[in-house]
Amino acid sequence: MAKQIKGVLGEKLGMTQVFDDAGRIVPVTVVQAGPCVVTQVRTPDVDGYSAIQLAYGAIDPRKVNKPETGHFRKAGVPPRRYLIEVRTKDASEYTLGQEITVDVFAAGQKVDVVGTSKGKGFAGVMKKHNFKGLSSSHGTQRKHRSPGSIGACATPSRVFKGMKMAGRMGGLRTTIQNLTVHAVDTEANLILVKGAVPGAAGRMVFVHTAAKGVAGTTAAGGAA
Amino acid sequence: MHTLDSLDAASLRSDVPAFRPGDTLKVHVRVVEGTRSRVQVFQGVVIRRQGNGVRETFTVRKVSFGVGVERTFPVHTPVIEKIEIVTRGDVRRAKLYYLRELRGKKAKIREKREATPAR
Repeated sequence: MAKQIKGVLGEKLGMTQVFDDAGRIVPVTVVQAGPCVVTQVRTPDVDGYSAIQLAYGAIDPRKVNKPETGHFRKAGVPPRRYLIEVRTKDASEYTLGQEITVDVFAAGQKVDVVGTSKGKGFAGVMKKHNFKGLSSSHGTQRKHRSPGSIGACATPSRVFKGMKMAGRMGGLRTTIQNLTVHAVDTEANLILVKGAVPGAAGRMVFVHTAAKGVAGTTAAGGAA
Repeated sequence: MHTLDSLDAASLRSDVPAFRPGDTLKVHVRVVEGTRSRVQVFQGVVIRRQGNGVRETFTVRKVSFGVGVERTFPVHTPVIEKIEIVTRGDVRRAKLYYLRELRGKKAKIREKREATPAR
């Protein structure tokens, strides 16, 4: 990972709308993020790669097991609920116990948001894989939402692996790339991200600098 | 979505007069043309108000050169310079979609009589 990644863990509060400077409606997702603390700095000498470990969220210290309690004590911070590792080339610039707040982001910057998508249960192929289903008429009987053929006959006389079929949908780690930061409220620790973010309100999300996009814009936003 | 009420409060306008469907409004809309901006007045009858909070919108209908024109505005949009109430209408519906089918005198809305005389 040659990139310089900045990220912050937070909780999705929900969606609303705000007006921009031109008076247009902007749909935004509000993420209450941070402050996170650095609990470990991984260096190429010791760990073989450079990364930082971030911790976020309050937790009753009695619920934390002994090894984790020791890990947090080493960093000199009270235990947190969530831990995440961020592979970034500038890991050595971080110190143990350092606080990371939403001010690592600036308005207008592109970010990626990682979350766990809402579980949809056992879903058919039309909902899960956007299949078209079968015709609503022309003699179709009781098969309107079925996938149709799932392969040929005697050759290969089996169904190929990875065939898209009905099954559990959602509840998976999902990343939405290149969302725009509309505003950052450093007092209330809020990030307003334009557009939707995976998962239900109240669930944990990870906001970090965009992996893709024009290098100039990302670097400029990251420096701000 | 009560968790975001405090955030929405920043977008809400306090200078919106109380109006309801049937009222005739003058909506002063800020129009930006290139670099300069001017104020355009859109006068017509409110035919609906829907939604609540920062998402609330209202629709104003007028007949311009024989063609019905409807514009929907967010109640709290900063694009609106001000809202003037011209008349209060006396209507029995919350949504006045029936006005779309009516022409001329039939499309007229009775004005609300403010103080009811004592019997």
